[in-house]
Amino acid sequence: MRVKVLSRNPDDYIRETKQDLQRVPRNYDPALHPFEVPREYMRALNATKLERVFAKPFLASLDGHRDGVNCMAKHPQSLSTVLSGACDGEVKIWNLTKRECIRTLQAHEGFVRGICTRFCGTSFFTVGDDKTVKHWKMDGPGYGGEEEPLHTILGKTVYTGIDHHWKEAVFATCGHQVDIWDEQRTSPICSLTWGVDSISSVKFNPIETYLLGSCASDRNIVLYDMRQSTPLKKVILDMRTNTLCWNPMEAFIFTSANEDHNLYTFDMRFLESPVMIHIDHVSAVLDVDYSPTGKEFVSASFDKSIRIFPVDKGRSREVYHTKRMQHVITVKWTSDNKYILCGSDEMNIRLWKANASEKLGVLVPRERAAMNYNQKLKEKFQHHPQIKRIARHRHLPKAIYSQAKELRIMREARRRKELNRRKHSKPGSSPFVSEKKKHIVAVVK
Amino acid sequence: MAEEDLFRSDHPVSASEDEGDGNEERRHSQLLEAISSLTGRKRGKLAERTEASLQVSEFNLSCEGAGEKLVLPELLGSIRASSSLGIVKKQLNRVKQKKSVELPLSKEESERVVREAAYNKTSKAVAKWEQVVLQNRRAEQLVFPLKQEQMRVAPIEEVLTSWKTRTPLEQEIFSLLHKTQQPVTDPLLTPLEEASLRAMSLEEAQLRRAELQKARALQSYYEAKARREKKIKSKKYHRVLQKGMSRKALKEFEVLRKLDPEAALTKLEEMERSRIEERMSLKHQNKGKWARSRAIMAKYNLEARKAMQEQLARNKELTQKVPMEPEGEEEGDVAGEGLLPDSINEVQPSMDGANPWMLGKPSSEAKDSGMQEDPKDPRESVAPEDAGNEGEEVSEEEILLQDFEQRRCTRQQAGSPEPKGAGEAEEEHLFVELLSNVQTDPGVEQPAQGLEGPLLSEQRGRRCTLEEIDALGQEEGAEEQEQPWPTGTLEESEEEGSAGGGHTAKKAPKQKMINLQAVLAGESHVIQCPAQPVSVQDEEEEAADQRLVIKEAFAGDDVIADFLQEKRKVEQAGKPQAMDLVLPGWGEWGGTGLRPSARKRKRFLIKPVSGPPRRDQHLPHVIISQQRNILAAAHQVNEVPFPFDRRQQFERSIRAPVGPTWNTQRAFQKLTAPRILTQPGHIIQPISAEDASPQSTMPTRRGSAALVPTPQHSRHHQRPHKKAR
Repeated sequence: MRVKVLSRNPDDYIRETKQDLQRVPRNYDPALHPFEVPREYMRALNATKLERVFAKPFLASLDGHRDGVNCMAKHPQSLSTVLSGACDGEVKIWNLTKRECIRTLQAHEGFVRGICTRFCGTSFFTVGDDKTVKHWKMDGPGYGGEEEPLHTILGKTVYTGIDHHWKEAVFATCGHQVDIWDEQRTSPICSLTWGVDSISSVKFNPIETYLLGSCASDRNIVLYDMRQSTPLKKVILDMRTNTLCWNPMEAFIFTSANEDHNLYTFDMRFLESPVMIHIDHVSAVLDVDYSPTGKEFVSASFDKSIRIFPVDKGRSREVYHTKRMQHVITVKWTSDNKYILCGSDEMNIRLWKANASEKLGVLVPRERAAMNYNQKLKEKFQHHPQIKRIARHRHLPKAIYSQAKELRIMREARRRKELNRRKHSKPGSSPFVSEKKKHIVAVVK
Repeated sequence: MAEEDLFRSDHPVSASEDEGDGNEERRHSQLLEAISSLTGRKRGKLAERTEASLQVSEFNLSCEGAGEKLVLPELLGSIRASSSLGIVKKQLNRVKQKKSVELPLSKEESERVVREAAYNKTSKAVAKWEQVVLQNRRAEQLVFPLKQEQMRVAPIEEVLTSWKTRTPLEQEIFSLLHKTQQPVTDPLLTPLEEASLRAMSLEEAQLRRAELQKARALQSYYEAKARREKKIKSKKYHRVLQKGMSRKALKEFEVLRKLDPEAALTKLEEMERSRIEERMSLKHQNKGKWARSRAIMAKYNLEARKAMQEQLARNKELTQKVPMEPEGEEEGDVAGEGLLPDSINEVQPSMDGANPWMLGKPSSEAKDSGMQEDPKDPRESVAPEDAGNEGEEVSEEEILLQDFEQRRCTRQQAGSPEPKGAGEAEEEHLFVELLSNVQTDPGVEQPAQGLEGPLLSEQRGRRCTLEEIDALGQEEGAEEQEQPWPTGTLEESEEEGSAGGGHTAKKAPKQKMINLQAVLAGESHVIQCPAQPVSVQDEEEEAADQRLVIKEAFAGDDVIADFLQEKRKVEQAGKPQAMDLVLPGWGEWGGTGLRPSARKRKRFLIKPVSGPPRRDQHLPHVIISQQRNILAAAHQVNEVPFPFDRRQQFERSIRAPVGPTWNTQRAFQKLTAPRILTQPGHIIQPISAEDASPQSTMPTRRGSAALVPTPQHSRHHQRPHKKAR
């Protein structure tokens, strides 16, 4: 009897040199690879599970401030540098790679209300409760030298915020009015007012750089044009807007963080109703910052959490919180789209990954291919109940969880009441108002 | 005129009204005075300057209605009759038609207007980004940072302009380049190169190059061969070689004698001289070691004696003074060569000549399998054959080379009288050299299979796997089909082998007389073909065996019947059951073992409604179960998810696999390309006008087209929102 033995030609599988890639013979005949959908489904399921397993977004905590962190600024040229101002008037410059403070300066008496860097990255500006605007050099003084600002401008009223122009030597402050300053002068080029109220923040548009947006304490958002030195339009919302942020990729889109737990994304040209309302926070939203890709933004809230929202989605895709993180006052998305920084009441700045389960460091091409594939699978099967369930699962602290539940119940009750009212009133007497329009009180020309 | 009438009628009425008003006012003031006096406190009346009024009038001028406006119709009324005032009247009429100028706007109002204008202007300016934004939103992939520096090849002119020679080496190189007038700009050709380009057309150059290549290959082949042959230690081989040489020399001499007697004479002298030298030497004198041993052996051994005699004969022949006959020598040679039957080896090249593919494979196969070893050194076997054949056949290489030369000659004659390049001259030289090499070097023999050599050696590769051997078998099968011989079993094939031997033997006598018996007795080149049919039959037998074994092993199992039974069971289970509502009751006996009447049973047995036909009704080998699998349901999507409109759409999106198992590498990469690509450690700047892709919109250029906000925009935003609610 003959014995049949499996034998292969070594030429088919032996490499010529060690550097050669291993040959992997493939046959793409679909008959040989059946059950493609179930197999990919299982892969997607595993990928989703792994994503949740590896979701460890917290990277580092930068401690050193002696009071709550009130404002932060990114360095325009260096990814590893971040500036922060605290409630005791101290400004610290941090090195993120070393996770340490590289410079500390007592900038103001009282709060540092606002901080911004010059577009070239050589200097920065701070405003504080002591009614001053100070211009500082980015590099510290030499040995034995004193920490002194380049310029100090003493104003008549308290400045509550500052932002620098993206291309020119011009900056804007806000307080009782929006002032636009030339760096070389001690008096503003122009002051923009529209009614008397205190303005909490002002932001330059990064694309059409002559545009400004500000939010005031009388619940409105005002847009300005720097060239024509005139306000453009005002939209009044239900509640006060704390701050706003322009989309860095879409010139006419901005998002505002509101006291009513929501964020509103507006199209500058159509202020009558917001493009999108982002709901998920359970307390006032204090700060918002766009990712440099303009596809997502991060928001900091009084409810001790930060959330990441896709621009075109009404709900958040991610929530970050830790036990020790208190009210988050300021948040920034780093310029390489990888990390998020948040400064909170309890004196710490925290560094998070923007993508919770992302692997940091260099990826081997095969690794990257596998990650891309997993991502694609997750996307493809995202509607399947098991995968959706796993992907959506997040842990929330009890306070937020119960508050969210309560809010949900309230919202439902309100909806039900409206429904009942409509049911029992004359048809047409209580018109339907879309959710988007509900929060807009008026648009003032 | 109508207007004037109106005025006329108006006037008296207004006058009477005025009068009435005046009276009332008077009364009113009196009343006020009376009231003030009532209070008792005398109010100090302020000195008031008033206009002259009716009360104090001295000139009978009525000042009533002093506070009233002058009404135009009153004026017009007075100038009714006089025609000279017609122009004035007309003018006044015109004034009446015009509206009065409004007050200047309040500050708030004017600011608002400015704001509105500014807003419109700004929103228009911003709207130029519309196209870019939409494009980016729809983009399959976005690569950040947007300002990607693209690698490009810098033209050499650019590089050269900025280049400066610094080191002495560089200067030297530059001076060299300048010496050859190396141009820096395109085309990068020196004058010499250009001239050579002009001298030769492309086709010609290609032809020449091919020829040169071939010649070079041949030369290297010859060199290798010469080297190999030089190493051969076999005395017999060298003897044969020498013999061949001498024969050739003789032949040449013959030719020479006819053509150039003088040269022939010198040649003859030379030959004579060599013969004399031979005679002087002690070769073939029965004095060598070998000859002495032969002499001892000669007493007992016939062969040794024979060899001795041979040598003696040779000696005699050599020492003869008369120039010898070549024929005689040849005859002697045949005897001297002795034991080696040439025919055995001769078969191979001759067959090679006919079909080089036929013989190589089996022989190599035989070698591989190790079943049979070639008894002789191939070199040994080749040499005598050549010695035998050399006289008749001109070697293939020679023919080739001569052919080349001929072709070249014809081409040169036919073609235009082009100047010969350096290459050509060189080539010619090479040819000449090669030819001379071939002619002068008699050590190099020209085997018939010279060119086919590498091909054959390729075939000799390892064949260790079953598949390869099978494949070989198939080739052999084809071969056999070509041949007219009958194919059969192993024994037959062996017979075949011997028959093949016979075949070779038949061919052999054409060239040489040979003893057939000797050939057959000697170890012939037996071609053992492990012919395909053998293994096939084997396989068949085996398969049959296997089948038998399996049959025995599963003798009791009737799978088909089992399946059918199962299917019937399933069918039964799936059928709707009849409902039996029969109960014993009135008019019937009670107790065990009693059944209700047939009438009652018939009445209360509710027959089921036959459901739809089973889907596997006409598929005998299939059971289709239509029951929902609850475990699987947990993993299934219940409703069509948002972006999809129909179920089919969604299913299609799921059905196409994206993995590398089902897609080629390229397709896989394309399918799994991430939406957003960022480079770690790179700062992503906000978009600017330069970043906006040029093919879609340079915002400044297509600004006007992009100004109008398209309805798509709002829809784009609203859709996801609806879902979120």
